Amino acid sequence: MKAAPFDYHLADHLDHALELLDHLGNDVKLIAGGQSLVPMMAMRLAKPSHLVDINRIQSLQQINLQEKSLYTGSTVKQKDLESSHISQAIPLFKQALPWVGHQQTRNRGTVGGSLAHADPSAELPLIATVLNASLHVQSHNSQREIRAQDFFLGPMWTSLAPQECLTDIHWPIWNKQFFGSRFLETSIRHGDFAMASAAAQINLNPDGTIQQLSFGVGGMGATPIAFPSLSQPLIGKHLSSEAMHELANQAILLTEPTSDLHASASYRMNLARTLLSRALLGAFEQAQQHPQ
Amino acid sequence: MSQSDTPNEKQQFTYIGKHRRAVEHRRFVVGAGNFAGDIQLPGMCHVAIVASPYPSAQIIKIDAQAALALPGVVTVLTGEELCQQIEPILPGVDAPSVQRFPLAYPIIRYSGEWVVAVVAQSRAIAEDAAELIQVQYAELPFVIDPEKALQTGTHLVHQIAKTNLIFDRQFVWGPVDQDLANCAHTINYRVRWARSSTVPIETFAVVCDWQDATQILDVWASIQMPKFPDQLAKALRLPNNSVRVHFDIDVGGSYGVKRGLKHTILVAYLAKKLHRPIRFIEDRLENMRGGDMQGPDRIFEVTMGFENDGEIRSMKMHAIDDIGAYAGRTPLQLGKPVGAICGPYRIQSVAYHAQAVLTNKTPQEAVRGFGQAPTNYAIETGIDLVARFLKMSRIDLRKRNLIANNEFPYLIPSGTHYDSGDYAAVLDKALKSASIEDLHQQRDDLRKSGELAGIGISTCLEPSGGNSAFEPLFNPKNETTTWMESCLVRIDLGGTITAIMGTSSSGQAHETLVSTVIAEILLQDPETIRVIHSDSLNALPSNSPVGSRMAIMLGGAAAGAAKKLKQQLLAIAAYQLQKNPNDLVYSANRIYDHTNQNNQISWSTLVEIAHRKFHLLPANMEPGLQEKFVWEVPTGGQLPSTDGKVQMYPCHSFESHVVLLSIDPKTGKVKIHRYVCGHDCGVMISPDVVHGMTYGGIAHGLGAALMEKFAFSPEGQFLSGTFMDYLLPSATEVPGITIVDHCTPSPLTEFGQKGSGEAGYLGSPAAIASAINDALATIQASINYLPMTPNAIWNAIQDKNSTKISN
Amino acid sequence: MAQINSYTITIEVNGQSVTKMVEPRISLVDFIREELRLTGTHVGCEHGICGACSILLNGDPVRSCCMFAIQANGMRITTVEGLAPERGQLSKIQDAFCEKHALQCGFCTPGMLIACQALINKIPQPNETQIRAAIGGNLCRCTGYQQIVDAVLFATKISSPNPEQ
Repeated sequence: MKAAPFDYHLADHLDHALELLDHLGNDVKLIAGGQSLVPMMAMRLAKPSHLVDINRIQSLQQINLQEKSLYTGSTVKQKDLESSHISQAIPLFKQALPWVGHQQTRNRGTVGGSLAHADPSAELPLIATVLNASLHVQSHNSQREIRAQDFFLGPMWTSLAPQECLTDIHWPIWNKQFFGSRFLETSIRHGDFAMASAAAQINLNPDGTIQQLSFGVGGMGATPIAFPSLSQPLIGKHLSSEAMHELANQAILLTEPTSDLHASASYRMNLARTLLSRALLGAFEQAQQHPQ
Repeated sequence: MSQSDTPNEKQQFTYIGKHRRAVEHRRFVVGAGNFAGDIQLPGMCHVAIVASPYPSAQIIKIDAQAALALPGVVTVLTGEELCQQIEPILPGVDAPSVQRFPLAYPIIRYSGEWVVAVVAQSRAIAEDAAELIQVQYAELPFVIDPEKALQTGTHLVHQIAKTNLIFDRQFVWGPVDQDLANCAHTINYRVRWARSSTVPIETFAVVCDWQDATQILDVWASIQMPKFPDQLAKALRLPNNSVRVHFDIDVGGSYGVKRGLKHTILVAYLAKKLHRPIRFIEDRLENMRGGDMQGPDRIFEVTMGFENDGEIRSMKMHAIDDIGAYAGRTPLQLGKPVGAICGPYRIQSVAYHAQAVLTNKTPQEAVRGFGQAPTNYAIETGIDLVARFLKMSRIDLRKRNLIANNEFPYLIPSGTHYDSGDYAAVLDKALKSASIEDLHQQRDDLRKSGELAGIGISTCLEPSGGNSAFEPLFNPKNETTTWMESCLVRIDLGGTITAIMGTSSSGQAHETLVSTVIAEILLQDPETIRVIHSDSLNALPSNSPVGSRMAIMLGGAAAGAAKKLKQQLLAIAAYQLQKNPNDLVYSANRIYDHTNQNNQISWSTLVEIAHRKFHLLPANMEPGLQEKFVWEVPTGGQLPSTDGKVQMYPCHSFESHVVLLSIDPKTGKVKIHRYVCGHDCGVMISPDVVHGMTYGGIAHGLGAALMEKFAFSPEGQFLSGTFMDYLLPSATEVPGITIVDHCTPSPLTEFGQKGSGEAGYLGSPAAIASAINDALATIQASINYLPMTPNAIWNAIQDKNSTKISN
Repeated sequence: MAQINSYTITIEVNGQSVTKMVEPRISLVDFIREELRLTGTHVGCEHGICGACSILLNGDPVRSCCMFAIQANGMRITTVEGLAPERGQLSKIQDAFCEKHALQCGFCTPGMLIACQALINKIPQPNETQIRAAIGGNLCRCTGYQQIVDAVLFATKISSPNPEQ
């Protein structure tokens, strides 16, 4: 399983990378950690003529706390996000990152790489979708912001144009008061892609009503899925355990999972419903217990 | 961890049975192993394969022009050329029309079958060229389901064979129908063992180099295959003494599967044709779909007849094995279990109907246990079902039926004697180590907390010793009864000891085994004894490490040779000291007169005399100190009787597993809380090695039970080509395991050792299935097929109330 | 097809600086094995699952089949051949593997040693859960992992005379 031949270009800064993307044509791919791309090239499922390596660009490797968001450059390594104190601001990271492959994967894999690869069962795309993170994308002569819920279009398919590079992501930070979050996934082996996954995050008001709620599932369709149409109407309301189960049920009915070798569609629906229920309940319990 | 308690050991040993660091580890931990893929020879070229995407097709045309034009490409080989130049690989059963070649021509019979071999200066270029090869196929009908393949009118995988049923035989040992009719009850059930295999982390790798000047074909291969050099020579139309297989290649795991004939024949042919060294390392895709390392794929329909008190009187077993598109040795995997067909139980009459059926799938290969693990799963399922029927504890039911320790040697209906054992004691040890009462409590607590929870028990035979009498049993035209092993031991001029073994090793620590055995006999420090692997031109006869035979056979051969040397040393000493050899004591580094310790002669003096001082040698003694020992497997040497009775393997190890697990009822996900294995393989020569294999075997079994399957679509497409599809358990799936040892020495071997290479694997799928069904039984659900993935278990939970037992 | 260019790379390998020309498509593991002739690191799957190719890259364990050699330009790698402190000696982990029979065929062993060494570099006294998580990306078909876990526990208990430290 040896990759097909290609030419290699190391970009030392972002503008250089964007220039290369611009004039190397359409058969060019960016590489950072390569944990998804290199195996695909080994299997000859991807055969780009050119690779532009953005893994040494310092400006894309920053993590910092901003006023209302956690900022990560796109080539921040998953292991650095996992071990950084700053990531405590978004507890979903600490809960989900241990599920991203294994230590070897996370030592090379990048935050932006996982998002750009857009596997519908992957952990970081689900978190981005649930938080509706803000993704910044640049090309040689343009830049734009895309919200995560508009970024993922299908399996391994995003709204990135061929000459565009994902440069950084702003992950919204919620209120620390009455906060809860839960990430759950089930796979046959630890580190495999999830058969289904669920993430939920909640802020309660002091009176126990919902101040903010977001939840979603992975592995249940062409992209990770959040359910703003179901969570929005619940703001200001109380939510019982039974209602949470029903909410999970309603959400899953909106999905169309497929069957594959490891999980049938009906099993997936059952699994996702279970995980989503548990995630909602878990997040809610945590929010009630921890005024912080 | 393991706990050892060996009340039955007759002898006290100096080196045997002690903790000792394996010799092999010295090179492996520093990355100095010598694997076939490490071999680099000047001018060496590399092979990549073009495989068929269709399960059944005719090759119409192959266009290699673009490939040949690529710089760095040396040649392109098709089946059309190859098939004319070599002999076919033949099956192990009597079906000579079912021929096989490394490259298909003109008919494709499975998706992934090799069609074209590309040779280039690098593997990467060979793959580039392989992509440029255009093959035109005409698709043909195909058959994927084994039960369909048995029906008339279905597509024939080999037209010339006129059937897909390549082997079909019914054995009846005892008055089965009568016994079943007279029993108080019978149950019928079906279980499905999925196609899984051992999947070593190293794929098959081979390097071949032919020299015109010497007319020798050198082969370095990742191989575990009896009579491999012989079969190569036959296929390549070479005399046997033109083939030199280097057995000092380290093999990165095999556990049965690395038979490598088609790989090696292909590469050898290319090496000879091109007169340059050729290397082929299967990549993982080539290995999974077309490397022929898939395993038994079996349907069992079983009837058990039993009495109200739990005595199981009779059993009928029908086994259908889907062997894939070609036969090889694999139908014989239905035959080996004949030697333990009733498990460890006193079942008086048995009928066994074995069928091997061809389908358009990747061919199977030999897998650890050679069919015993699936058979044990089938038997143990029945034991549990009988217990549930009678509302008897599964432990009590087993104890009611286990062969007792005073019944050995025990003759089973199919003609094999079990040499020794104490099955109830091993079961009791496992139960005690697991604290079975605590386990029951834990199970109840888990159930109260909302989980499904179950305890699994299995008690299973591990036949060992490799008397492969299933060959003549399944193919009367094959009258092979010689299953030998050899060892040559030398004490050199400097007094150091070297032993030579004639086969390769794949992690079984044979060098450690042999040096420990020789040390025990000659009372020399095992760390000073060197063991090397010969090549096939200077090897003594060997049947390779299969059938858990090496502790018995290689251990026995090394002991035999060492004993001869010991006798020779005693004879020289007797001559020097002018004593009768019976009056002398052989001791570490010296031999002395037992009436006068000062009348002695040292090791180094004896060595000097043997090598240099002919004038001091007794008459008619050969100079030097070197002895070979070549011997036949104990209890072997007979052909089967016409009613299919035969003494199969000589020695019988035994294992008893106790497992506690829980299942999340909403997701079907399994968690193992406790795993204990009681194990008896007689005297352990190297306890660390035995324990290691047992842990590894349990992990293999866990994989087969919970997650491993080579899957095919109904259209014959292979679905399990990568490690994202075929799931191997990691350290987070395999639980901590406790092994408890027991020892019933074999009366047939030098030290009382039995074989143990298949330990753990033979009993763990049964035990895990037992636990899962114990859990599911609380909601009247059950599952009768492997692998028991979360989805499969969840399906069983949804399907509950469907009955799998019928009277 | 893309033009095949070669580039010069310099990598520090087991403490020694190495400069070679490589085609971009050569994976790091193939570079280590075929160019540098360090055959201790093994290839098991070439798609990032089995971990047999694990090496330390700037001190962190990575899968060398999931990198092109050219991406490692200017970096520091340690392979199994570089784990022993000195010729004729073994590292604590290598020694513990031998003592506890933590290997059989030896094929996954180099990657396993790398993963274990990286673990104890970060967590000097890991518990069983941490050990199993650290080697979760290294598949072994021989050992069932039990004796590997035992070896790491053994190596790390000895390394600190006072368990409280």
